[in-house]
Amino acid sequence: MDGFFDTGLGIFVIILAQCLLVTVLILVSLAFLMYADRKIWAAVQIRRGPNVVGPWGLMQSFADFLKYIVKEVVVPSGADKFVFFMAPMISFITSLIVWAVVPFGDGWVISDLNVGILFIFAISSLEVYGVIMGGWASNSKYPFLGSLRSAAQMISYEVSIGLIIVGVLISTGSLNLSQIVRAQDGDFGFFSWYWLPHLPMVFLFFISALAETNRPPFDLPEAESELVAGYQVEYSSTPFLLFMIGELMAVVFMCALMSILFFGGWLSPIPGLPDGLFWMVLKMGFFFFIFSMVKAIVPRYRYDQLMRIGWKFFLPFSLAWVVIVGLMAHYGWFWGAYQRWAIGG
Amino acid sequence: MSFAVFAFYLFAVIAVVAGAFVVFARNPVHSVLWLILAFLSAGGLFVLLGAEFVAMLMLIVYVGAVAVLFLFVVMMLDVDFAELKSGMARYLPVGLLIAVVLLVQLGFAFGGWQVDETAMSLRAAVTPDPAEVSNTVALGNLLYTKYVFLFEAAGLVLLVAMIGAIVLTHRRRAGVKRQDVISQMYRDPATAVDLLDIKPGQGA
Repeated sequence: MDGFFDTGLGIFVIILAQCLLVTVLILVSLAFLMYADRKIWAAVQIRRGPNVVGPWGLMQSFADFLKYIVKEVVVPSGADKFVFFMAPMISFITSLIVWAVVPFGDGWVISDLNVGILFIFAISSLEVYGVIMGGWASNSKYPFLGSLRSAAQMISYEVSIGLIIVGVLISTGSLNLSQIVRAQDGDFGFFSWYWLPHLPMVFLFFISALAETNRPPFDLPEAESELVAGYQVEYSSTPFLLFMIGELMAVVFMCALMSILFFGGWLSPIPGLPDGLFWMVLKMGFFFFIFSMVKAIVPRYRYDQLMRIGWKFFLPFSLAWVVIVGLMAHYGWFWGAYQRWAIGG
Repeated sequence: MSFAVFAFYLFAVIAVVAGAFVVFARNPVHSVLWLILAFLSAGGLFVLLGAEFVAMLMLIVYVGAVAVLFLFVVMMLDVDFAELKSGMARYLPVGLLIAVVLLVQLGFAFGGWQVDETAMSLRAAVTPDPAEVSNTVALGNLLYTKYVFLFEAAGLVLLVAMIGAIVLTHRRRAGVKRQDVISQMYRDPATAVDLLDIKPGQGA
């Protein structure tokens, strides 16, 4: 049996098993994250939230899942059928594919790409198509308007997210996500991570991530008071479920990216404690909690305000930050906090 | 047939078929979607060549930006397909003639193609070992040192094009209501809200 895993077929089987493992774990944890999201939201509004299905309502997401898949699929009469069904699949699959480059621990990654960050950009630029195609194929005004809004929003904030990440890349000198985490390993635990040298960008990144994933307070594509439900209006049953899972998965992915870029991924915050998967999961959970809290307590923005923040505040600020980080990294100021090429290289 | 060869033919066939459908699709939105598929398979071909950086740029730039713009424009246009197709028979011979002329010219150009003797040695000279230098690093080292002026010049050309497009199309119209952000932010209840105590029956 030893030799088998060195052959082509064996390696294929191993990769397949790894992909399945990550996919299943993410999908199952999504079910509980959705439950957590609703519970947190309910707690802020002094409600109970889901509490009927299973102990403390833990099985609520699975009940919802069953409900979605047994419902009837309704296709609008003028819809472009092929594109109509392609859209949710693209949305779902692209938000699943990006997990291939996420390191959950040292070496615990499906594909340790040297261009990991670029891969994430490439796939997240594909995510826009799910939204645009869904809105267009529905052949209806509200979804179309919603999809145009959403696409414009995602593209605008992708620019500032990109520039913010460029700052981290300049500090690290590598596009590899595992290297970015390793570059944050230092003697001071929590204080050697990138959040300290890149402090203003942490907030910008978080807000951009909210906008990029269409979460409240930037959920304008789904502004129910104006657009019913944005590009998802005509969707029902499983296609809608795919859209919803895709969206939530993108949110969790942003949590993972945030922990990797600024909060040391799998590294332990206290020097001496062992690093590992546990910390990564804990950090992701923490950021998901913040995402939920923002959803619960911040009122929705107006569309022109959203665009103004994106283009007139975030973009110039993150662009200036790239130049500043470039200078600080080149001259090694601040005890080389911005210049960690030796570790990251 | 190794896996790389199989993948090459898969991507190549998809690219060619998708390219054909870009031309033959009846709906322009479908054309753009086929175009995206063609870009994706071109990206796959770059990965097979070991040029992962170029492959990812292909996806980010072409699929993420250019094709989105195409799609926006095509979706917004109100195209009348019947009118578009009505002139087809009349213009077909002229179009075919132009296509044949272009094809013959391309044939001549390709027939007269000669590889410079120094080309092969040039190619061998600047290639770093892929095992030691990843091609992102290799490209960066070349672009920002040897070709830095060309690189910056290309950036400037794009900037000029962008500013030109904005200057040519931007009109500042009079009488348009605009939002004054600063004054909006400095509004407070004292200046914005007026509380009146109206007696029953006296309100106008």
